[in-house]
Amino acid sequence: MALTEVAEAAEAQEKSKGHLRRAMERLVRKKIAVVCMVVIAIIYCAGIFAPLIAPYDYSETHFTAIRKPPSWDHWAGTDFGGRDVFSRVLWGIQPTVIITLISMVTGGLLIGITLGLLSGYLGGKVDAAIMRTGELFAAFPDILLIIIIAASLKPRFINMARQFEESTGIEGIVRSGVVDYFVISLALVAFNWVGMARLVRGQVLALKETPFVEAGRAAGASTLRVLFVHLLPNVISPVAVSVSAGMGAMIGAEIILSWLGLGIQPPRPSLGQMLLQAGSISALREVPWMLVAPSVVALSLVLAWNLLGDSLNDVLNPRTR
Amino acid sequence: MWVYIARRLLWLPVLLVATSLVTFTLLRFGPGDPAQVILGSRYDEEAAQQIRRQLGLDRPFGVQYATYMWGVVRGDFGESYRFRGRSVSELLFPKMWVSFQFNIAVMVASLAIGLPLGFLIAHRQGTWLDPTVVSIALFFSSIPIMITIPFILWGLCLKLSLVPCSGWGGLLDLRIVTPVIALGVFGVAGLMRFMRASTLDVLGQDFIRTANAKGLSAATVDSRHVLKNAMIPIVTLLSFSLAGIFVTSFIVERILGIPGVGNFTIDSIFNRDYPIILAVGILGSAGFVIANLMADITYAFIDPRIRYS
Repeated sequence: MALTEVAEAAEAQEKSKGHLRRAMERLVRKKIAVVCMVVIAIIYCAGIFAPLIAPYDYSETHFTAIRKPPSWDHWAGTDFGGRDVFSRVLWGIQPTVIITLISMVTGGLLIGITLGLLSGYLGGKVDAAIMRTGELFAAFPDILLIIIIAASLKPRFINMARQFEESTGIEGIVRSGVVDYFVISLALVAFNWVGMARLVRGQVLALKETPFVEAGRAAGASTLRVLFVHLLPNVISPVAVSVSAGMGAMIGAEIILSWLGLGIQPPRPSLGQMLLQAGSISALREVPWMLVAPSVVALSLVLAWNLLGDSLNDVLNPRTR
Repeated sequence: MWVYIARRLLWLPVLLVATSLVTFTLLRFGPGDPAQVILGSRYDEEAAQQIRRQLGLDRPFGVQYATYMWGVVRGDFGESYRFRGRSVSELLFPKMWVSFQFNIAVMVASLAIGLPLGFLIAHRQGTWLDPTVVSIALFFSSIPIMITIPFILWGLCLKLSLVPCSGWGGLLDLRIVTPVIALGVFGVAGLMRFMRASTLDVLGQDFIRTANAKGLSAATVDSRHVLKNAMIPIVTLLSFSLAGIFVTSFIVERILGIPGVGNFTIDSIFNRDYPIILAVGILGSAGFVIANLMADITYAFIDPRIRYS
């Protein structure tokens, strides 16, 4: 008797926990998800704190150690100019991490979710306008859209920044790379918001007919309140899955952009540029180790986000549970 | 369904105009005054005026766009900024032919591996083989392409000296091996999973049970009933997915020095040859839009459960 009571109490407690909290607990029990989160955390911290933890500066040349394979002094070897590859990778993670985070938060979360909520809840002309615009953005093969935006707008923004520097006397805006960050983020946002908006809209379309939304409206809640207090918490699960899976794609796109030379400009290192340099035939012949460190980092990042997305999907999606 | 198809078809021209308008505006005016872009450091007011007249930049925007698009319809994409006097189409079309051949080779490789594998693992559903093969394929396909190729090159070209390291010599040349492995073999996951799902779908049908029950051998059931039906969605979809591969081939062409559209476009970005990028943008988005439409319509035909309202 006592045992069943305990079991019932435990069950009741389990039920009283929020959906998200239960999902989180299930997630933590999945080994692969935990590994992914740890990998992501380590790489992101490494990127953000690169100036503190990198053993050398990214442009510091060591004339006594040019083209040297990995050693105790240089964990990932040195490149043609005797620069430490390990330090350069740490510095190179930085733009990838910053740009993908900015683009995901502004494009995916802010723009995508807001437009999706509005589109699904208001319907009618607003819905049509948002979804048709989205269709326009989705009509480009994604890489092509990013390349077009980066290639066409970058010269203009750099000119604008130069003029601003000249007229105000503030120096170093162009050199600091802010313009590069801005243009790439813009290009990635353009490619990222549509999927999120469509996903949220679909969820909202189903949710807005449910009694609790009707009750909220009947109780006199404003449109904004219904959207952000009642509907938003209910679309969090699919959004989380999509963010995680989307980050992998976004990181891939950022690496492609910097690989093409449309991203962060040298001398600042970026993963894409490092892969470009290490991937040439002469580099493969003479300094093959240059390829290892950036590849491992880029691959772990993409894989970790993708696998985390899969695990989140298992945990959050009621149909697969 | 006919209403759906009619609506999609009517919407197509609107979408084509919209994408071309965006591409045109961004690439003609995004970087700044075209006359300045063309002349660069040789800029002087008189030459700029002449170029503006020549390109029709003094006319209203709508007229410029209409003139350009009228040219596009007739296959005239204007003149390259960099190669003065040579038309974009004359420069671009030979590259498109190379990219086309290269993508066909990739697709054949992908099919030759993906279809049998997908078919096989669908039959092994529930055993260890199925999830293992799927995971391995997914792992390979999530490696960014700029990592895959150097590793393949390092192995096949530098260590084993099996293939030349870069270049292009047509379909029957050894140099095609690296890109085909990088794209066709490593990117096989999508096709394989599609084939697996399609086969599983057929395997669960009543007529397969009937065929088995009436005593047909497993091989006959497989070849005559399962394979044929499982291939229907694949074949119809494949013909339209070429546009998708076109984009991933950008980087492959770049690394391996294949003189295709991707390589040429990237060159054009660095040389600020905007008419080329514009033509690629317009053709690329148009191809993508049409391919998507075809795929959607085909899906609607194949799968009567899909309802669009």
